[in-house]
Amino acid sequence: MKMKSFAIATGILGFLFSGTVTLAACPTKGVKELTGAGATFPYPLYSKMFAEYDKACGVRVNYQSIGSGGGIRQLQEMTVDFGASDGTMDERQKSEAKGGTVLHIPTAAGAEAIVFNLPGIQRGQLKLTPDILADIYLKKINNWNDNRIKALNPNVKLPDLTIAVVHRSDGSGTTYIFTHYLSKVSQEWKDKVGFATSVNWPGDVGGKGNEGVANSVKQIPGAIGYIELAYAKQNNMTWAQLRNKAGKYLEPSLDGAVSAADQPNLPENMEVMVTDSSNPTAYPITGFTWLLVYANQTNEAKADAVANLAWWMIHEGQQYALPLEYAPLKGAALKKAEALVKQIKINNRVVLK
Amino acid sequence: MNGKPQAVGPSVGRFFTNPPARVVHHDVHVINWGDRLFYLATRALAICVIVLVVLLALDLFRGAWEAIGQFGLKFLVGTTWDPVARQFGTLPTIIGTLVKAFIGLLLAVPISIGSAVFIAFYVPKWLRPMISYPVELLAGIPSIVFGLWGLFVMVPVIRAVQIWLKANFGWFFLFNGPAVYGVGVLAGSVILAIMIIPIITAISRDILLTVPRPQIEGMLALGATKWEAIWKVALPYARVGLFGAVILGLGRAIGETMAVTMVGGNSFDLIHSLFDPVHSMASQIASEFTEATYNLYVSSLIYVGLVLFGITMIISLCAQFLIWRLSKGRVAVFE
Repeated sequence: MKMKSFAIATGILGFLFSGTVTLAACPTKGVKELTGAGATFPYPLYSKMFAEYDKACGVRVNYQSIGSGGGIRQLQEMTVDFGASDGTMDERQKSEAKGGTVLHIPTAAGAEAIVFNLPGIQRGQLKLTPDILADIYLKKINNWNDNRIKALNPNVKLPDLTIAVVHRSDGSGTTYIFTHYLSKVSQEWKDKVGFATSVNWPGDVGGKGNEGVANSVKQIPGAIGYIELAYAKQNNMTWAQLRNKAGKYLEPSLDGAVSAADQPNLPENMEVMVTDSSNPTAYPITGFTWLLVYANQTNEAKADAVANLAWWMIHEGQQYALPLEYAPLKGAALKKAEALVKQIKINNRVVLK
Repeated sequence: MNGKPQAVGPSVGRFFTNPPARVVHHDVHVINWGDRLFYLATRALAICVIVLVVLLALDLFRGAWEAIGQFGLKFLVGTTWDPVARQFGTLPTIIGTLVKAFIGLLLAVPISIGSAVFIAFYVPKWLRPMISYPVELLAGIPSIVFGLWGLFVMVPVIRAVQIWLKANFGWFFLFNGPAVYGVGVLAGSVILAIMIIPIITAISRDILLTVPRPQIEGMLALGATKWEAIWKVALPYARVGLFGAVILGLGRAIGETMAVTMVGGNSFDLIHSLFDPVHSMASQIASEFTEATYNLYVSSLIYVGLVLFGITMIISLCAQFLIWRLSKGRVAVFE
């Protein structure tokens, strides 16, 4: 039995060495099941990846999409083998993690669309700047015929219509990324509201989930909201162009999200929100989603399994990202994710060489 | 455990009010083990329920302890819910929950009691199931279905009504709000009304059917119209039970989560009109619990749960008191 699995493992290793991907393999230390918990945003992608991983390696991954907050708490208590989150853990959360240093391994990126409901205005016709968007959400701009919006959109017939601001009412990674973006582009937003999975909104309507926001925006004339790109696409929502840091106006797209994640100055630990990316082709409201793994593992077999799973997810697993409307890792982001997986240790010894 | 009947005597007396206790006393020399076992089993189960409630309350207290220490009773009057600044207060949601539940009740009670009267006294017996069945079917629909229906079908209608109300009666403060949102207090109340109508109707109908026929027939024989017989005899006779049915409806309205989340608008601001969006306590807990990323945040949400538990308890105590008053010491149907 042992011989057989060894043979299979070497076989796979040999196959992988011959290909473009360097090192991935199935865990060889007998672990057949892993548990993880956390973010809901990457759940469709993860469930596809884990199903494929089970087929490839015979390791079942039980992933409970209970939300980033729950994932972080369970990781802190060490009740799961890995966590998953759409936001980075802050210092206080890290200090409460019982297993020591937590690695943030990015697995994919996602973009959010700014959607609106204005009669007669088509998808991509309306242009918005970061400061206008922030002032709309701060309730400082209350009407669509505001001079600043008009000056930016000379060819669009903007109606005299009150702006109804729609936001997520449930705590979500989507809100975390969106409010983080607003905090980056507006000092006033940062001081008054800040960023989190749920914030004290200046206004108006809260919708539950992407579907709640999308539906309120569709129904309320003059409404504006933010939703995940995949959901906006599937529901034919009317979205706006947003000016990025380089000054280009871009519609939300996966290419834009890939670009945002592929920038030269990413930190080694990848605990970075890539909102408002400096890459000229980057769409600005973009964020990573991470696997959370303890750097110093206590169980050798589990450590081997988790490291191999993470490695597989950032390589072979990436092929499932685009079809499911996630932005795959590329370039610098992928290199740094690889380096992070190689930091997973058992007894101060690196698990994956 | 000597098997003498006295062993069950005094403690049984409190549980078994009348006839069964007397039966025990008649068979002084016969030990009815079956009865005794049954009594012990039911007592154990009843104690289980009480223990469960106490444990629940204790656990809520334990979970909410950090928030209680931090905010104390100011939590109940605080109007800011700000996870970023770690500042939590829940007055707007308490008000939102109660207002929506009571308006819902106000809409639901006349409809429910009216249809219960119709089913009980006007519909021929063979037709009754055909009219009752849809009502019971309505009670079995999951609340998410109500929520989706509310969001996609009802809210647009509510929006139109609100815009009309604001245009014509906007001078009245209750109608002077953001009518165009559609989601808000009114939408939440209407969906709650729709959800509690089947419960109140079904229970009220069963209670009205227990009104002794001779009482009504006597009234009719005295020359009363059917309306008078129902209004002056049947409804007063059944009032305690009907009140119990209404309280059950209120209980569901206050605890309802999913449907009201989808159409309530979920804002943390105090409401000023019928059209303002506002959160409910139960939906706030459900919405934010999964993404509550630090302990005080989680603890504050559990504190909201504790407050909700307290409100439900106060309402049910008030209801017990009212039932006691209504029945003037008579044993209430819903006790």
